[in-house]
Order: sequence, then structure tokens, then C-alpha cells
Amino acid sequence: MFRNQYDTDVTTWSPTGRLFQVEYAMEAVKQGSAAIGLRSRSHVVLACVNKAQSELSSHQKKIFKVDDHIGVAIAGLTADGRVLSRYMRSEAINHSFTYESPLPVGRLVVHLADKAQVCTQRSWKRPYGVGLLVGGLDESGAHLYYNCPSGNYFEYQAFAIGSRSQAAKTYLERRFESFGDSSREDLIKDAILAVRETLQGETLKSSLCTVSVLGVGEPFHFLDQETIQKVIDTFEKVPEDEAGEAGEAGEGEAEAAAAAAPAEQGGGGAGDQDVAPMEM
Amino acid sequence: MTFTIPIDNGDSVKTAEADSQRTLYPYVTGTSIVAIKYKDGVLMASDMGGSYGSTLRYKNIERMKAIGKHSLLGASGEISDFQEILRYLDELVLNDNMWDDGNSLGPKEVHNYLTRVMYNRRNKFNPLWNTLVLGGVKNGESYLGMVSMIGVSFEDNHVATGFGNHLARPILRDEWHADLSFEDGVKLLEKCMRVLLYRDRSAINKLQIAKITEEGVTVSQPYSLKTFWEFKAFNNPTAGAEGSW
Repeated sequence: MFRNQYDTDVTTWSPTGRLFQVEYAMEAVKQGSAAIGLRSRSHVVLACVNKAQSELSSHQKKIFKVDDHIGVAIAGLTADGRVLSRYMRSEAINHSFTYESPLPVGRLVVHLADKAQVCTQRSWKRPYGVGLLVGGLDESGAHLYYNCPSGNYFEYQAFAIGSRSQAAKTYLERRFESFGDSSREDLIKDAILAVRETLQGETLKSSLCTVSVLGVGEPFHFLDQETIQKVIDTFEKVPEDEAGEAGEAGEGEAEAAAAAAPAEQGGGGAGDQDVAPMEM
Repeated sequence: MTFTIPIDNGDSVKTAEADSQRTLYPYVTGTSIVAIKYKDGVLMASDMGGSYGSTLRYKNIERMKAIGKHSLLGASGEISDFQEILRYLDELVLNDNMWDDGNSLGPKEVHNYLTRVMYNRRNKFNPLWNTLVLGGVKNGESYLGMVSMIGVSFEDNHVATGFGNHLARPILRDEWHADLSFEDGVKLLEKCMRVLLYRDRSAINKLQIAKITEEGVTVSQPYSLKTFWEFKAFNNPTAGAEGSW
């Protein structure tokens, strides 16, 4: 995208019918570190890559609990994401208080989208620079939605946003048809595998990713490092190049011998792995 | 009332004039509602009377109404406040339907909404002068609850309002059990309504029984209960005390 004379205000249309400021806001989402969501009929898993400003700092919180039955993962301007999460929590709790019943996630998402739309139609506001993956449960089952700075929202079986999310999306596209009937454990494994795709070469460790689960009979909660590491261990022996085929069937059979030592071609990221980022 | 409760609407404290804006006493009132859970859902009974003080002025008032797909609301107390509540609920159900998203308000949600409304009005010293009974079935689960004009709210297997609390509930406590059949449920309700008819001055012999199940709400046509007045003691009531009446 290049600068042009129609991109100064969010309230200026271009002659081709585009609102450039809104599109630039969507670019901001692509700058954030990856967030991934997938759902089965009964569960939703949200996972993200833990990005820290520097070796000295803790990583950004990117997944928020909105209510026992709703969670959100963000990518982009995390400050905007934090504010929107607070709004979502407020909506959920107000509904709960009045009706003693969980807010249907589809309705929350519409409220959120309407809020985002307002910022695309006021000259004194700017669009929110954050993409939200909202996962939740309601009467009709498990849902995963993506809310865009433009005020649009879409429902997905699986989605990934943020930097290098295309790699994760490619992985998910290959597998999404089976997610509906996936077990909870398989869904978690697929989420972590998708996270691995975005790391592109860096060794996957439990300290690098955050995973949350919610489902029927299971309120939203984060998985602890141990649990994540156990899942990683079931496939970690497979070298990154063969991720596509090996990820599907069993783990490290003939490949195990050839890839005994985890690939060290991490490159720039390798140094960080010696200093474990602070826990959430 | 000899004392005035000041109302602060943000500017100054108002008295007499503003008093006419608050509910102080009820005018046209309905008497008891009795309701029980049974095998397929909830049964509710009420008579069709609207009293204006001690005058039985209106004899065709329906005090039970269906709310949305899953709930049934019965009210005793001020009839105009009941109509106001029906308007609130109408709006609530309308907005719920407009979402058109497969989610619908169940009896628990409606009951809690009403509790919030009643309690908030009570806090403003402007109550809706009703005791409401909310029954319903959603996803196979029966629900029966009550909210009073001061916002006291609870659920139970059988509820009654007004005089029903004193006359019907003891019967229900003795004779209600889980999984009553429809016929047994109606018989039980009729037993309670008959006692109320004999003993509650504001009751009339014209009642309706409403049923709510997973399929929906049906309100019966009005009918009367058989009563018996040929007790020997009624024939010569002053036999034991000449001169009294």
C-alpha cells in the first residue's frame, strides 16, 4: 500500500470506494505476533506466540478470559485489545447479572463489531488497531469469530492472525474439515502445531506459546506449561521441514533417528531461548 | 400516608406533586396465583377477578400470559402494573427475536430480568405492586419461580401468592410430589383454588388453568368449581346463639 491523497482521515472515501485509514488499521493487526483459534463442536482452543519486548521483559498478555464461556485472543495494538477486552467483560457480566445466564457469544461479537464500526465513521476517532479472535460457547454450540478493525466479523472453524499467520493458516486449511469432530486433545495438539508453523524454524517450547481451552463442561482456562510441553514432546522429535506429513499420523518413527537433535537452524531467535520469558 | 418520602431526581427534593408520580397504594387488584411443577412442565391457576377495594368490579381479567416461547407469567396485585410489566416483557422478547440467532430467552432469564426490575423499582420507592409467578420449560428443564414487589425472588417446586401463601401452600407441601400427571396436577390445583374460593373474599368462582410444556403454553377456557353449601351448620347458623347473626 502506498500513501495517497485520500488516506488522511478515516472519514474520507477514495474514488475507488475504499477507506484507507481502516485498511491501514488492518495492517496493524498483521504486525502483531500470531494468534490462532480453532473449534470443534464442543470446544474452542486459542493459542498465541509469546512475544516479549526484550530479553529482560515479560511477554505481552494476548489471551484474555471474558467469562467462563468466552475467551479472546488479540493481535495488533495490545493496548486497544486490552480496552476492548474490558468492554467485553463488562458486557458479559452485565448480561449475566440481569439474566443469570451466559451472554451468547454471537451477540457479544455483534456489540464489538458495532463498536468498531463507530470508529470508522467519526472524524475525531480512529479505528481500533487490533484483531480479535473471540471463542465461546452458547446454546448452538462452540463458536469462533474474528473481529476486524473495519467492524466486520466472520465466523470460522479455524483462523490465524498476526505476523507469519499465513503459515499457520495453510496448516489449518489442510486440516480444518476434521476439527468439528476432533477430541479436545487433538484440537489442542493442532493448535500448538499451528503455532509452530508461525515460528518458522525456531524450536517450539512451551515457554514460547500460551494456550487456552474452553468447552462444554469446561470453563475458560489456560493450560499450564507442563501440559503444553507434554503435547509438544509427542511430536517434537520430527524435524521442521517434514512438519506437513509427519504432523498428521504417528509421531517420530523412522524420522526420529534422523532428527535426534532438534533442528538448530532457528537463526536469530535462538539466543532468546536461553532466557525463559516470565510466566503469565 | 402521613409522611412524604423525598424524591431526588437530580435537582431539588420534591414532595407532594412528585408523590402522585409514585405508586402509593394499589387500586385494581388480582388475588392469588397458585402454580406447581408437574411431569411435563408447569401448571398455574388463577381466577379472573379484579377487585376495586372490596368491590369485585371486573370479572374477566386474564392474569396469566405467555412470554416468548418458553415462559408463562402470572400476576397478583395491581392489574395496571401487571400490564406495564407485560409491555416491558414484550419489548424484551421483541429484541430477543430481532437477533434472530438461535438463542432465546428462557424462563430463568425472564425471572431474573423481572427480579432486577422489581428490585430497582423498590429502591426508588416506586414499586410495581405485584407478586409475579414465572413458570416455564426449556430444553426439557422445568422452571418455577416467584418475585415479589420488593424484589424478593426464589424458585421452588410449588408457589402461591397472596392468600394462596397461607391457604394453598400447606396443601401443596403435604400433597405435591415430583412427576405429577396432568390430571393429578389439575386436581391438586383445583383443591387449592376451592379452599381459596371459600375463604378468600376477593376470589371469584371463575378460574383458568394454564399449562406450559416444551411444546408451548395453553390457557384453558374459564370454568367454575363445584361448591357445597349444604352443611348442616349453615342451615340454622344461630342455633347455638339466639339473637346473633
